[in-house]
Parts: sequence; C-alpha cells; structure tokens
Amino acid sequence: MTGADLHIRIWRGQEEGEFQSFRLSARKSQTVLDAVTEIQREREPTLAYRYACRVGMCGSCAMTVNGEPRWTCRTRISTVAKDGTLTLEPLRNLPVVKDLVVDMTTFFEKWRSAKGAFEPGSAPREDFAVVRPDSASRRAADEGIECIGCGVCYSACDVVAWDRDYLGPAALNRAWTLVNDVRDQGQAERLAAVAANGGCNSCHTHMSCTTFCPKKLAPTYAIAGLKRATARAAIRVTK
Amino acid sequence: MNPSLFVAQRITAFVLAFAVTIHLATILYAAQRGLTAGHILQRTHGNVAFFALYVIFVIAASIHAPIGLRAILREWLGWWGRRVDVSLVAFAAVLLTLGLRAAFAVFVA
Repeated sequence: MTGADLHIRIWRGQEEGEFQSFRLSARKSQTVLDAVTEIQREREPTLAYRYACRVGMCGSCAMTVNGEPRWTCRTRISTVAKDGTLTLEPLRNLPVVKDLVVDMTTFFEKWRSAKGAFEPGSAPREDFAVVRPDSASRRAADEGIECIGCGVCYSACDVVAWDRDYLGPAALNRAWTLVNDVRDQGQAERLAAVAANGGCNSCHTHMSCTTFCPKKLAPTYAIAGLKRATARAAIRVTK
Repeated sequence: MNPSLFVAQRITAFVLAFAVTIHLATILYAAQRGLTAGHILQRTHGNVAFFALYVIFVIAASIHAPIGLRAILREWLGWWGRRVDVSLVAFAAVLLTLGLRAAFAVFVA
C-alpha cells in the first residue's frame, strides 16, 4: 500500500476529548508508531504519546489500535488498517494523562500488591541454588518471564474493567513466575496476596490477555497455576 | 475470592454436573413415559438411592449457588462485606432447608 492515503484518527484530550484526523502517505513496512511519530514531528507537535526502544523491548508504546490493544512499534499498519483507516486511542482501564499517554501507576502498584518482587529472605542462602533448566518449576517460570510490562493484557481484560481491585493478568503472571522461583523466601505472603479479593480467583478465563499479549505469553495459564497453588495452600492450612 | 470458597465451588460444580444430568434424565424419562405425579411418587417412596441423590444435590446446590451469587454481587453491584456474607449464609440455609424438605417429602410420600 505504498503511496496510498492513510486516514488516521487520534484521540486528543483526557477522559473527555475528541478524535483528530490526519492524512498520511503510506510507506512500506511502516509501523503504527512510525505514523504517530511522523504526525507528532511534522503536523501536530502537541500530540502526546510514549515510546522508548522502538524494537519491542521496553513496553512503553502500547495503544489501542482499531479497538484492540497493541504494541505499536511492532505493529505494521498494513496488517491492521481497515480500508486505509486507523483509529488510535489510549490503553483502556488506565487513567488518561493526555492523548495517547496513560498513567501506569495503578498497573505497577498492583504488581507490588501481588508481591511481584523477588523476596530473598532475611538470611542469604549458604550456597548457590541449583535450578535445573528442565525442572517443572523452571519451565513454568520461563513461560511467563518475558513480560515487558506493556499493559496490553491489563487493557484487554474485562475483569479489570469492572473490578477495580482486580490485580490484573500482568501482576498475577509476575507472581506466578516467582511462585516457581525456588530461591524465593516469600511464598506464603505472595500466595495470600494473590488469593485475596481481587486476586487470581477473580479471573473469568476470558483469555483476552493471552489473545492480545504481544510477547505471546499466556497469563491465563499463569493465573490457573496460581488458582491451583492457592487452593493447595488453603487445603494444607485446613488439614 | 477466598481459595476455600473457590475449592468448594469447584467441588460442588463437579457434583452438580452428575446430579443435574441424572435429574434431567429423570424428568425426560417421566415426561416420555407420561408418568403422573402419583406414578412418580410411587417410584420415589422409600427409595433410599433416590433420596440420597437429592440430598447430595441439595447440599451441593446450597453451597454452590451462594458462592456464585457472592461473586456476581461483588462484580456487578459492588456489594461485598460482612453483611452480604451473612445474607448469603442465610440464603444458603433457605436453599438447604427447602431442598431437604422437598427431598424428604418425596421420600416419605
């Protein structure tokens, strides 16, 4: 579609606002982020958006593209434009700072609430932990560890939309990778945190997070793992 | 949701899957054969297996339904807390009482 006209509608404002339309020439292999950058640099310098690495590592450029959450630096326009039209909005489920920029504070606070930080314990281990790459726990951790914290899954999740206490797929996925870290000393607190109201058992298994994750991770399965782990812990306590 | 409630809901769902299937099959059998209420009561009277099935059915439903309702009230209406939980325990007690009463009535009729 080189040279063809692209019609790009971009959300301007905060919660209240309106769409502003731009027309651009389509280029070969052009990404959604390329188009936004061109508009911001050459047409509308007040347009606010966020990016850093441009190569799918930092997770900062996520937006809603034609109604679906996506990482825009790795999304080619030719794969998502409908009749040459793109509608760009900020991520869902997070407060809008301005235009395409959302406030990620709640998103990362929920990582903290889910005990998403490695807990080394009060005393260091006497020796290196031996973690076999083919062990079940290491493989389970491997499946979720490449999360880049882009917020796409959080934006795609309907449970987040209707339950503001729900920790969300990314935070729970992070907790699951740590539940499978044999070195971690904070498992009881972590399982209690993810089992509380708004935790893993609030997930309805819609699988939107897994459908839209740009890294092809499966937070749904991580959450299912947490459901099993918290259920086992509850049964152990009641015995 | 509390993991104990989660486990209870999953276990009762497993029980209900069998109980509801048998229940529906019984209804279909009775309707297909054109059984009257009298004929049905004749078959259920003193039938320990039938009584046991419905007692298990009622207990499972009394546990399962309030837990599901609790999640719906929380997610759709934002209602949660001690008062809601107490009301749901009362709801469970009503389901259990009415259900067991009906099962017993059919057993002794």
